[in-house]
Amino acid sequence: MTEAALAGDLTLPRTVVSASGVTKSFGGVHALRGVDLSVKAGRVTAILGPNGAGKSTLIKLLLGLTRADNGLLAVHGTVVGSDPAYRAGIGYMPQHARFPENLSGREVVRLLRDLRGGAMPEDDELFDAFGLAAELDKPVRTLSGGTRQKLNAAVAFMFRPPLLVLDEPTAGLDPVASSVLKAKILRVRHAGTSVLLVSHVLAELEELVDDVVFLLDGSVEFQGSLRRLKEATGEHRLERAIARLMQRTRP
Amino acid sequence: MTAAKVFRYELRDLRRSRWIVGYTLVLLLLTEALLRFGGGGPRAVLSLINVVLALVPLASIVFGTMYLYGSRDFIELLLAQPVGRSTLFAGLYAGLAVPLTGGFLLGVGLPFLWGGAGDGAVAGPLAVLLAAGTLLTLVFTALALWVSLLFDDRAKGLGLAILLWLAATALYDALLVLVATTFSNHAVELPLIGLTLLNPVDLGRVLLLLRLDTAALMGYTGAVFERFFGSLLGIGVTAIALVLWCVVPLLLAHRRFRRKDF
Repeated sequence: MTEAALAGDLTLPRTVVSASGVTKSFGGVHALRGVDLSVKAGRVTAILGPNGAGKSTLIKLLLGLTRADNGLLAVHGTVVGSDPAYRAGIGYMPQHARFPENLSGREVVRLLRDLRGGAMPEDDELFDAFGLAAELDKPVRTLSGGTRQKLNAAVAFMFRPPLLVLDEPTAGLDPVASSVLKAKILRVRHAGTSVLLVSHVLAELEELVDDVVFLLDGSVEFQGSLRRLKEATGEHRLERAIARLMQRTRP
Repeated sequence: MTAAKVFRYELRDLRRSRWIVGYTLVLLLLTEALLRFGGGGPRAVLSLINVVLALVPLASIVFGTMYLYGSRDFIELLLAQPVGRSTLFAGLYAGLAVPLTGGFLLGVGLPFLWGGAGDGAVAGPLAVLLAAGTLLTLVFTALALWVSLLFDDRAKGLGLAILLWLAATALYDALLVLVATTFSNHAVELPLIGLTLLNPVDLGRVLLLLRLDTAALMGYTGAVFERFFGSLLGIGVTAIALVLWCVVPLLLAHRRFRRKDF
């Protein structure tokens, strides 16, 4: 093997999430029926699919919130199991974050810092960009839904995790905050962070996404780069491409 | 330790909860009123028994269940951090049981303290009252944890919580009386003791009445207990049974928590 080929091998994107044969059912309802998947490091990957396709189940399995029935799931090369340590490498922004209602934002931040704070300096860019400083001393219960969502986002980025899992990150954010968040996602991606994104707003994903995983009825229907998706479907827009995918699988 | 961190923040959350503050105040007012107008220390303790036996389990299981359903998202937030499930479970239970116990001890204890009723005649019974209330708090918060993990539906969980409380405080006694009267021709003492051990509230009552030497007041089971165990052994057996009543639901809840899909 030539040196050039070796170097080429080394620059191939590493895998940050891999799944093989992952199944999960809830009381007889199959949420995932054998998912095989590999998410490349340092890229923004969107998990798409209609309601009930298994998107949130997949995310929950990834975080260990739910256990798989069968199959193997690994994050950063660590098999998801009983050891919670691998979650130090994940920053999770759930769709609706509710915090202990009598705690202030500052206390929530402190709690998370206590649980996972490391030697690395924290990333408080979003706290500044969202103007959260003034809100941090109020009890979380008194914050508006939008402000809570901003706190939710800021907290996910705070510990500079190598993998960000964002579930409908812009839902509930005003347009200004939404664009701040999108710019931030692109910035951390350029710094080498891997981002896993679940969203229904396809138009807004277009500018962020490198790779697409399309789930349908609990199976991976398409996996690859956004460009390959557009080529394969002959469409120029993500929205049309997804529509084409669904037509193809549902005659 | 991670469990201690979870505990600390949950404690801070709960300390500011209006429910806990309200619970403490109600106990405080009741105790103060009984001390002032109920004819002094020893009689106040006796009157408080029924309050403690009914109110403490109710507050513990209902508040506990409600709080746990309300903090489902918080639990998910913590589970997404590098925190193990058993650790989180320990933190959750302690964070719930400790403030409720604290509220109870303050609410009942403070009026006695500033009422200057610390003389020998009251101190002993009061100590047993506080111990029984503490044990009942631990038992019913453990049950709350189990109930909240049994159903995802808050309404069902709350319903079961109230049903459990009703069963333990009222229905079970009715059952005991029924058994005793139906089989009054037979030797029912031993089965009755066995049945009493199966209800934490009855255990609390037996514990209190044995110590207060008024076992006769509680009628049949009390007299049977007194005769069968004698005071000291009776107290030991009931206390151990109460601890088991705390440990078993906790173990059940812990098993569910470890396997639960959030």
